[in-house]
Amino acid sequence: MKGSRLAFAIFLAPVAAWLFLLIVLPHVDLLLMSLRGKDELGERVWTLANYMNFFTEPVYWLTFVRTALYAVITTAITFCIAMPVSFYIAKVARPRVQGALMVLLLLPFWVSELVRVYGWMILLRESGVLNFFLMKLGLTQKPVEMLYTDAAMILGLVYTSMLFMVVPLVSVMDSLDDSLIEAAYDLGAGKWTIWRTIIIPHCKPGITSGAIVVFMLTLGNYLTPNLMGGKNSLWFTEQIYNQFIASFNWNQGSAFGFLLLALSSLIIWLGLKLSRQKLGEVAS
Amino acid sequence: MASDLSVRNLTKRFGEFKAVDEVSFDVPAGSFFSILGPSGCGKTTLLRMVAGFEAQSSGVIEIRGKDMADVAPNRRPVNLVFQHLALFPMMSVAENIAFGLKRRGLKGAEVGRRVEAMLERVGLPGYGPKSVNQLSGGQKQRVAIARCLVLEPSVLLLDEPLGALDLKLREQMKVELKKLQAKVGTTFIYITHDQSEALVMSDRVAVMNRGRFEQIGRPQELYGEPATPFVARFVGENNVWSGEVTASDAAGATIRTDEGFVFKARAKGACAPGGRADLYLRPEAMRIEPREAEGLNTFAVTVKAILFDGANSRLLTVTEQEHELLVSLPQNRRFDHIAPGQRITVGWHPDSGLCFPAMGAS
Amino acid sequence: MKKIVVLAALLTFALAAMAQAETLKLLTWKGYAPEELVNKFQKETGITVEVTYSNNEEMIAKLRATRGAGFDLAQPSQDRITAVQEEFKVYQPIDFAKIDAAQVIPSMLEAVKKNTQVAGKSYAVPFCWGTDGLIVNGEKAPGADSYKALIDEKYKGRVSYRMKRPILVAMGFALGYNPFDLYKDKKAYKAMLDKVSETLIKAKPVVQNYWANGDSLLESMRSGEVFVAMAWDNGGWKLHAENKAIDFVAPKEGALGWIDTFAIPAKAENTAAAYKWINFMLRPENAGYFTTQEKTGTASAGAGKFVAPEVQADFDRGFDQAAIDNIKWYPPVPAGLEEMEGQVLDKIKAAK
Repeated sequence: MKGSRLAFAIFLAPVAAWLFLLIVLPHVDLLLMSLRGKDELGERVWTLANYMNFFTEPVYWLTFVRTALYAVITTAITFCIAMPVSFYIAKVARPRVQGALMVLLLLPFWVSELVRVYGWMILLRESGVLNFFLMKLGLTQKPVEMLYTDAAMILGLVYTSMLFMVVPLVSVMDSLDDSLIEAAYDLGAGKWTIWRTIIIPHCKPGITSGAIVVFMLTLGNYLTPNLMGGKNSLWFTEQIYNQFIASFNWNQGSAFGFLLLALSSLIIWLGLKLSRQKLGEVAS
Repeated sequence: MASDLSVRNLTKRFGEFKAVDEVSFDVPAGSFFSILGPSGCGKTTLLRMVAGFEAQSSGVIEIRGKDMADVAPNRRPVNLVFQHLALFPMMSVAENIAFGLKRRGLKGAEVGRRVEAMLERVGLPGYGPKSVNQLSGGQKQRVAIARCLVLEPSVLLLDEPLGALDLKLREQMKVELKKLQAKVGTTFIYITHDQSEALVMSDRVAVMNRGRFEQIGRPQELYGEPATPFVARFVGENNVWSGEVTASDAAGATIRTDEGFVFKARAKGACAPGGRADLYLRPEAMRIEPREAEGLNTFAVTVKAILFDGANSRLLTVTEQEHELLVSLPQNRRFDHIAPGQRITVGWHPDSGLCFPAMGAS
Repeated sequence: MKKIVVLAALLTFALAAMAQAETLKLLTWKGYAPEELVNKFQKETGITVEVTYSNNEEMIAKLRATRGAGFDLAQPSQDRITAVQEEFKVYQPIDFAKIDAAQVIPSMLEAVKKNTQVAGKSYAVPFCWGTDGLIVNGEKAPGADSYKALIDEKYKGRVSYRMKRPILVAMGFALGYNPFDLYKDKKAYKAMLDKVSETLIKAKPVVQNYWANGDSLLESMRSGEVFVAMAWDNGGWKLHAENKAIDFVAPKEGALGWIDTFAIPAKAENTAAAYKWINFMLRPENAGYFTTQEKTGTASAGAGKFVAPEVQADFDRGFDQAAIDNIKWYPPVPAGLEEMEGQVLDKIKAAK
């Protein structure tokens, strides 16, 4: 008995050390840094000013609101697209096609996000592929600027997030008994009602875990908003980057980092409350 | 009596394979109709076509005189109780039953009233707020049926709903289902591979094999007058001999079995002298040590074992050629002396045996 | 037995290779370490150069994070050294005895020495110089010769610049300030920044995009999506080689001149190699090669005759004597300014 506990401790030790050294320690360091600042005399002191700055300077919190709002929109759109896609993969497609479709979904992730974003940029830009065909077909006379808009940015974010929504959805849909759908159909439900009353409630845990992942990924994304979003697309992560890199204000940057952590956790907590779910249920 | 369901020349092809082959039948209003067949005989496909989940390749399905060809499942006046019940686990019992009512646009109070009335009817008053997972197997069964009946369908389809229950409960539910059907008066169409379920509950039973109906009739008819060898084998227990027809007339045929017995029996189908034939005989048709041997087919067997099963007790016997035969053992204490290894005489009336031309020969 | 011998032999070789493989860890800008020169350097000295590409801001952040470790040589701009050194102490003073001063243009060496002085010690050697100015598509935007073109309604949706400090400085000049004079007076500088940000926010519809990556800007110019951009001179000259209509223009407010330097991080492991690389890169033929490749002038004294004539032509076309005299050289940035600018940049980018 004692021996097995010792063995357990030995196996656990590297993991604990790993977690401690690479996750806990840096965060503690960041937390301390976020609480430091200079007073008027240029002396380094403990202060909450970095956190106050976020709330008193509209640029900062507006950027966060904007970022969070777009992350929610992206999550919603991703969900709307992923739902029928997952349904097709899990319920309609034959097993062999199923595998092929999953590979197709995975395929874009074999290249780096940067390459994917550049791919979209080549497609969407004013002198890009899409405009070329639109002009060829005579649909437009003048090329349209499709890149550097919020829509383009959301497109890129949704594209990047798709897989993380589809995978959990496919796995919960796999566990949905087809006869439940047929039973609902038999009892007089139309397609929309079946989705609303049977499929979506059944998929709730998958939807929630997918939504959390997509929301967090989108909120923490840096490349896509930066490259595809254009001139109005200040993302909160970019602001953190700017604090660290451009303004050399690491204290402010750390404070923003913690605010991002806290506020996004708060949003997820609210989401779980609203949909009456518990994180434990979702994770299992 | 008007027919609630009328099916004409219904066929379903999957590629070359005919799952349902030119099936026609009528189900009178308010009756309990069963389709009995081994798994893979096409009965589920047939049921799914009636429910609307499969489109027929050809043929007509009419419910209360209306052609169902272009009617989607959610618009058909039939409801299906699924094999595994398919209760919605995300809803309470009441919500499950209210599901169809809400789809019809009924509102709160009315829905609640009907749900409670239906729960009472199936013997589950007050179960509404319970979760589906809290119910026992039999209770789930009743909820699944209630969920359909509350919609007052023209026809209720049941796809082997007792299959998942244990034996004791199944016996109990058979009776309960029969009583329920009598009480509500809805037309039930019940498919099963269990002949006892079909015989016990049904007004009429269709025996299905390889996509076709072999015979439709009352349970007594199927048992007493099977129209085909398949029905004879599938419904109830039968002893079988193969042999050659030596003579035949209007009254019956004489068959010499391959073991050398010569029996008289009724002929079903063309049993011409010289042709091969199979002889089917129910265990209860054989009498042990008959006092009046006159006019009976008699022969000697050795008792191998006593299969005691209360009223359904039988003797496992063998002929000299080791051909196993089951013989009913009436529990009236007259045959208490019989012990394994004993040689006894059995006899049976020619009217009890049925002679079919051998399968493959006809 | 045989196996052991082979193994031992392999081990010896590996050890020998390790001992021999002296490396120089270089933190620099894209294009500042051409492969040809890296190979040549290795052949000459046996030192392998490991190059990490970066920009001013990231260079500082990287060195600050490690307190000056991890690299043997960095190449920040001269104006970004003193404030950083004062606050974070990430560099070590240059030992000018180890620099072959004869190879360096004396006036530039002196200027950099002066501009990178902290507590009486200098921290950098000049390497190359260039300017921020305008790249103009002459067909689409003829006559654009002022930073004001960047806010001109005429070029709606056809303008691009980097949302970094040069645009703030350039706009300051365009609005009639002298930002470099205001460096000392934070209040006045802030007032200027407010005016600049107001102007840039108002002129946002004029902008197609804030470019972040030099290559993608060049692509936008090449495809005709952008007519006027604020960018480095060598980019304009690269495009000119492909399309004569596009060229670099030194704005009448003055191109913004920068000098990129060599600076040695405080905890550099191989300073000897760093000095070798500095002297190697400033050798006239190597500097000339670099200039020809990157169209960027160097601080090397005798490089002129090794520069390809067409590159020389680019310089001559872009800068007549008056334009050269008009170059506004970035003075060292005092501490705290960047923080102020950072906020303004965020504000502009976030504004609708």
